[in-house]
Amino acid sequence: MAKQYETVIGLEVHVELATKTKIFCGCSTAFGGEPNTHTCPVCTGMPGSLPVLNKQVLEYAVAVGLATNCTITQYCKFDRKNYFYPDNPQNYQISQLYLPICRNGKVEIETEKGKKFVGIHEIHMEEDAGKLIHDEWDDCSLVDFNRSGVPLIEIVSEPDMRSAEEVIAYLEKLRMIIQYLGASDCKLQEGSMRADVNLSIREAGQEAFGTRTEMKNLNSFKAIARAIEGERERQIELLEEGKKVVQETRRWDDNKGESYAMRSKEDAQDYRYFPDPDLVPIVLDDAFLDGIRRKQPEFREEKMLRYKEEFDIPEYDIEIITGSKHMADIFEATVALGSQPKKVSNWLMVETLRLLKENGMDPEDIRFSPEHLSRLIALTDAKAINSSVAKEVFEVMFEQDIDPEKYVEEKGLKTVNDEGALRKTVEEVIAGNPQSVEDYRNGKEKAIGFLVGQTMKAMKGKADPGMVNRLLKELL
Amino acid sequence: MANIISDETIEYVGILAKLELSGEEKEQAKKDMGSMLDYIDKLGELDTQGVEPMSHVFPVKNVFREDVVTNGNIREEILKNAPGEKDGMFVVPRTFE
Repeated sequence: MAKQYETVIGLEVHVELATKTKIFCGCSTAFGGEPNTHTCPVCTGMPGSLPVLNKQVLEYAVAVGLATNCTITQYCKFDRKNYFYPDNPQNYQISQLYLPICRNGKVEIETEKGKKFVGIHEIHMEEDAGKLIHDEWDDCSLVDFNRSGVPLIEIVSEPDMRSAEEVIAYLEKLRMIIQYLGASDCKLQEGSMRADVNLSIREAGQEAFGTRTEMKNLNSFKAIARAIEGERERQIELLEEGKKVVQETRRWDDNKGESYAMRSKEDAQDYRYFPDPDLVPIVLDDAFLDGIRRKQPEFREEKMLRYKEEFDIPEYDIEIITGSKHMADIFEATVALGSQPKKVSNWLMVETLRLLKENGMDPEDIRFSPEHLSRLIALTDAKAINSSVAKEVFEVMFEQDIDPEKYVEEKGLKTVNDEGALRKTVEEVIAGNPQSVEDYRNGKEKAIGFLVGQTMKAMKGKADPGMVNRLLKELL
Repeated sequence: MANIISDETIEYVGILAKLELSGEEKEQAKKDMGSMLDYIDKLGELDTQGVEPMSHVFPVKNVFREDVVTNGNIREEILKNAPGEKDGMFVVPRTFE
């Protein structure tokens, strides 16, 4: 019988924090600036420059730690991790080795196999590196330090996961917690969340861990799932052939569906960490921690429970809406303005999701305001516009966050409730379509649909279909 | 000298520090490093039972800045420190991942 293998996975997750400035200097973290326009002597590693910790970074790190049941290190400090690479201008990265800000946490995940805890070994604060661009033309590399010094937290899990499903559930869980805290948008594709997968295999039932490899360059949940499957198979094959797994860092190529060992630097493992003398120790008293605790938001699980009690909307809607803090905020604010929860949920679940998908956007990218959504719902409730006009208006609102009331007024989209005018149009339609009238009178119920359509067309869509239907039946 | 630095060690330290040392320089570096370690060993003679390890020399803690942008675009100044410049970026030898 073939041997059974168990996959053992631990993750190192880097999250870019949503601060306005870098971790140790007052340079902007905004995206899209021209190369090196967000730099200063500190983040380009000039001798004599002095890093000073951004307080917001500390607060976010502690908030994430508390939300993941960690113990906060109340006496903590920074260390230098030494290595040479051109994207790292100081030749060391400021990180935390000896006293990371958070330790010994856990989060609960749920997969089809049930619930379980994934341990968090530690969370530490550190700085990001710059960006290297390879210049084929001049056969050199170019460095942009705009991202150098952008604050990161690295969340190191225990090797508690056993499958790709568990890994994805864990990442989703972290993403929800961090998004709800507003500490990061956690987008894998854009690199504001990066996951390195440490994976080893062992024969089922065995206690000792096998040799692990570390997989980098995983930019989507799908890539992570494929990389895990690929690496598991590669390691099993090695063992079955009587070979050994080599502890190394591998880079996943998602297009090819395979990984390759990254050129191991001969000195890579010797980082010679030591305390950074430029940064003074951080001492956190209980009052500081209580302050952060008090500011913790309502997290997703609590929100889901509350929605179930407060709002009469399907459980599936609740899951989708709370799956994005931003969407949940819009939902709640719109309901608070007096709109019926079921109607708000419908706009989010149907039209909003459709437009997000069509435009390749995330729920975080929604721009329309709760005020405007609530006005649009009020307009349809009052039958001032019909549902197809409402959809049209919504599309414009989705794109430009226009005020639907003004827009409907300006474009003259209000439903014509003047029965006289409508009756006249209906009469014209009846006169102009004798065949359909004939069909209807001969018992072809469906023919009326065509006549309703013709009337709506003649009214440029600005009629209440119910009223059109009634008038047609009356006049036929 | 109590601490003898081996050829392998000095070779390895040279790699870590990205230094190419001549034979003569290596011998000198071995001597220097040995005497530095001897000096450090001297500290080991002290009784440090019950003394808290010191991680910082000044009695200062919790120095923070607010999360407010204070720096503008000083690219031209910054690039003056670059070994070479192209398209607003630092030019470095070709580097592979």
